[in-house]
Amino acid sequence: MTMQSEITRNGLWSNNVALVQLLGLCPLLAVTSTVINGLGLGIATLITLVLSNSIVSLIRGFVRNEVRLPVFVLIIASVVTIIELSMKAMFYELYLVLGIFIPLIVTNCAIIGRAEGFASRNPVGPAALDGLMMGLGFLLVLVLLGGMRELIGFGTLFAHAELMFGDGAKSLMLEIDPDYPGFLLAVLPPGAFFGLAILIVAKNWFDLRPAAQRQPTPAVAESA
Amino acid sequence: MIALNRRQILISGAFLWLFAVVGTTLVAFTEYNTSSAIAENERQLLLRNLYALLPRDQLDNDIATDTLSLPASPLLGTDTATLAYRARRAGEPVAAVFNSIAPNGYNGRIHLLVGVYVDGSLAGVRVVNHIETPGLGDAVEIRKSPWIKSFDGKSLDNPGESGWRVKRDGGEFDQFTGATITPRAVVEAVHNTLLYYQQNADMIFE
Repeated sequence: MTMQSEITRNGLWSNNVALVQLLGLCPLLAVTSTVINGLGLGIATLITLVLSNSIVSLIRGFVRNEVRLPVFVLIIASVVTIIELSMKAMFYELYLVLGIFIPLIVTNCAIIGRAEGFASRNPVGPAALDGLMMGLGFLLVLVLLGGMRELIGFGTLFAHAELMFGDGAKSLMLEIDPDYPGFLLAVLPPGAFFGLAILIVAKNWFDLRPAAQRQPTPAVAESA
Repeated sequence: MIALNRRQILISGAFLWLFAVVGTTLVAFTEYNTSSAIAENERQLLLRNLYALLPRDQLDNDIATDTLSLPASPLLGTDTATLAYRARRAGEPVAAVFNSIAPNGYNGRIHLLVGVYVDGSLAGVRVVNHIETPGLGDAVEIRKSPWIKSFDGKSLDNPGESGWRVKRDGGEFDQFTGATITPRAVVEAVHNTLLYYQQNADMIFE
């Protein structure tokens, strides 16, 4: 397997941030009550991961080992703050939607985890790709979990899409049944735990099916 | 951990310092370059919010600059001076818009714009800034739910004192599914703003 496809496979599936590493649960559980919320946090996290991974990889040659963690924290905090300020200046409408999620990104251990575990040991190309794929894997789980909780909790999908994509996207909203009474538990934090548990079970079930049913794939090592 | 001699400690410290300086410089640089655009965006949003509370045809002055600085007040929930915006037509006062704060939201302060007509009835309320839970408490935003419009036209007599609560507390205003604390805080803050206006009406339009 080439390095690129291994990184991609790791990020999206076999070492998925949310389903396997179980990192970033605080923002994951907090905001995934709708698809659009999940998508918003997913995009912001993805951008942060790509940038922080690239910067950490660029300076990996001369960061002294004893102070590397505080340096990574500084980089991540600076990147998040700069993204927040730039969005506020250039995409104010989008900021009004995503603004409350952005500070949550700093609490996402996945970002420092990738900085320490991958970016600090690999060249900038693979590090940026790793950030992109890890971010994408996280985004997909956020959207999936948001979709499950929104569907069960509110009986809708893609509600408030117009906040992110403009008024034209209002028609994206799907309402399953206008009289659906709602299921509060799915929207509250316990619903996030149940939903995540279901996704993890589904992934493990898929991975552990009898070998005869699929091509055996060798376990992929954490990092190169 | 490997033993460090003094020289290595100093180098590491200097290295960390260097990164702190670079990081802070980059953030400060970004802040410097974006602050005017951010201020302009916020002003546009303020004007949009003000005109949402008071339709343009009700006033003919520049409401964003006809301001009055109000000292900190427990009724407004403020601990620093804030601005009130005054709407006039042909020089006559029409309404005032207050920046008030609900200090007891679920996650902290909820910043409100509260428009009050001269006669003490509400022109409307908008939430301008909050950190309530997405999907639950954020239904106080007009973009997420029409709930905030339930204040339109209300005053201290309508409903009376006991009606200024959420339904769960025996009042007139709906709470949200899964979130009572947020609407409770907003209802209380709007009521307090009306009390503030009642006590200070004379000086608002001076």
